[in-house]
Amino acid sequence: MQQVMEASRVERHSAAALIDRTTGIQAEDVHAWFDRLHALRGISMTVAERKITAVIGPSGCGKSTFLRCLNRMHELVPGARVNGKVVMDGQDIYRPGVDPVQVRRRVGMVFQKPNPFPTMSIYDNVAAGLKLAGERSRRVLDQVVEQSLHAAALWDEVKDRLNKPGTSLSGGQQQRLCIARALAVSPEVLLMDEPASALDPASTLRIEELARELAKDITIVIVTHNMQQAARVSDFTGFFLDGELIEFGVTNDIFTRPKDRRTEDYITGRFG
Amino acid sequence: MGVVTFLCTVALLVPLFLILAFLARTGAGALNWDFFTKLPGAAGEPGGGMANAIAGTVLLIVLAGLLGIPIGVLGGVFMAEYPNARLTTLARFTADVMNGVPSIVMGLFAYVLVVLPLRHFSALSGGIALGVMLVPTVMRTTEEIVRLVPQSIREASLALGIPQWRTTLLVVIPTAAAGIVTGVMVGVARIAGETAPLLFTAFGNRFWNWNILQPVAALPLQIFSYAISPFDDWHRQAWAGALVLVAIVLIVNIAARAAANRQVKLR
Repeated sequence: MQQVMEASRVERHSAAALIDRTTGIQAEDVHAWFDRLHALRGISMTVAERKITAVIGPSGCGKSTFLRCLNRMHELVPGARVNGKVVMDGQDIYRPGVDPVQVRRRVGMVFQKPNPFPTMSIYDNVAAGLKLAGERSRRVLDQVVEQSLHAAALWDEVKDRLNKPGTSLSGGQQQRLCIARALAVSPEVLLMDEPASALDPASTLRIEELARELAKDITIVIVTHNMQQAARVSDFTGFFLDGELIEFGVTNDIFTRPKDRRTEDYITGRFG
Repeated sequence: MGVVTFLCTVALLVPLFLILAFLARTGAGALNWDFFTKLPGAAGEPGGGMANAIAGTVLLIVLAGLLGIPIGVLGGVFMAEYPNARLTTLARFTADVMNGVPSIVMGLFAYVLVVLPLRHFSALSGGIALGVMLVPTVMRTTEEIVRLVPQSIREASLALGIPQWRTTLLVVIPTAAAGIVTGVMVGVARIAGETAPLLFTAFGNRFWNWNILQPVAALPLQIFSYAISPFDDWHRQAWAGALVLVAIVLIVNIAARAAANRQVKLR
């Protein structure tokens, strides 16, 4: 454990080179459906700028659905619907005329299972967002790839094999590659959907440290079913149950003196 | 039960190996340099070759591929990316029906569509008949392969702010590319040996022809007309033609297998 901490301290580089602006998010009365299933029932919650906000709750409570409402990914599921406001930078991302593609460029996402593009090299995986959006300049791409891999604390491990397939990396490295890929398009917010749930404890720790480091420059929302992780990594925590936000507050308060009986039951392990 | 399944498997292998062995033994004797370089000789005269028929078969495959591969691949991609669209259900059903339509009916279709309006047989009409046969095979295999691309790969791309169509074109299709190539090659191997759709479309030709609006020779047609001729030398050449045809199909299949083995591990 000590070694892991040492190693990551040495190779730390700020994400500030990539992230030129970040923003908080206000969710106002957000409802979401899968066909008839009412998965989110009026969520109002504020995500603070340059902080980590954790969303916890038992399986099926709607925490991932909520995350996917923040970058308009929820509506990609056939039959899915969203209602309510999600305000970023004073503008509702669900107001008519907003292109969901533009929203997703501003709000990056890291998924539960590492999902590098299987046909692409490490380099191309990181460059994918820019390349597929039309960026051609080799100089720009080289620079962004290096900055992103630095910011994701992966550069030193892969700098000599950038042309190897992304899938040749270990699970933890793949997840950091996916973080680098998300950072490369300079998002304003980073969403993490249980980013460490498929990883071993050492890799999990590295992802958590990385999240803390990134939060100096960018707003992060992290979904987790691991309460220790939420307690370790986040500044604010929201507890979801059955599609509702039961309690929201400073992480320390939520875990030491929850106001709601259901929150207390969950964090003390009485259910979930 | 185990014995029965074993015997049935052997029963499957026997005809294949008998055909290959018999073709190799009978056909190889008539294979020589002339066979690959010369035009057919006059009726009854020994000698001559099938160079024009080999070239004609290649021409027909190219024409069929130009028509069938883009439609099949892009249609299959659509079906995989929009699995719930009404058009997809209809296309899937149509493709399955078309796969079962006797190939001579495809020939009739091309005859009515192309030969009658143009008033003569042509390579083009043969290519269309084969191309129409190619579409459902390619479409269905493409659909199956593209559906194997994990949803998480698509989501990764969409979450980067890449539009749906670019995601499909630049992420999904490359991920499935090796599998699509395999499907295309298997489809091509299947149509390469078709005879019936060419009978009243490509029609056959005893001379060189590269004009797609004129009749063209094809190996299966040449084999057919030589096999029913009364001349021993032509019989031998028919065997040789069959051997060459099987070799072409075999090579395409092996190439398809090689492409499939290079397929990136998707899961």
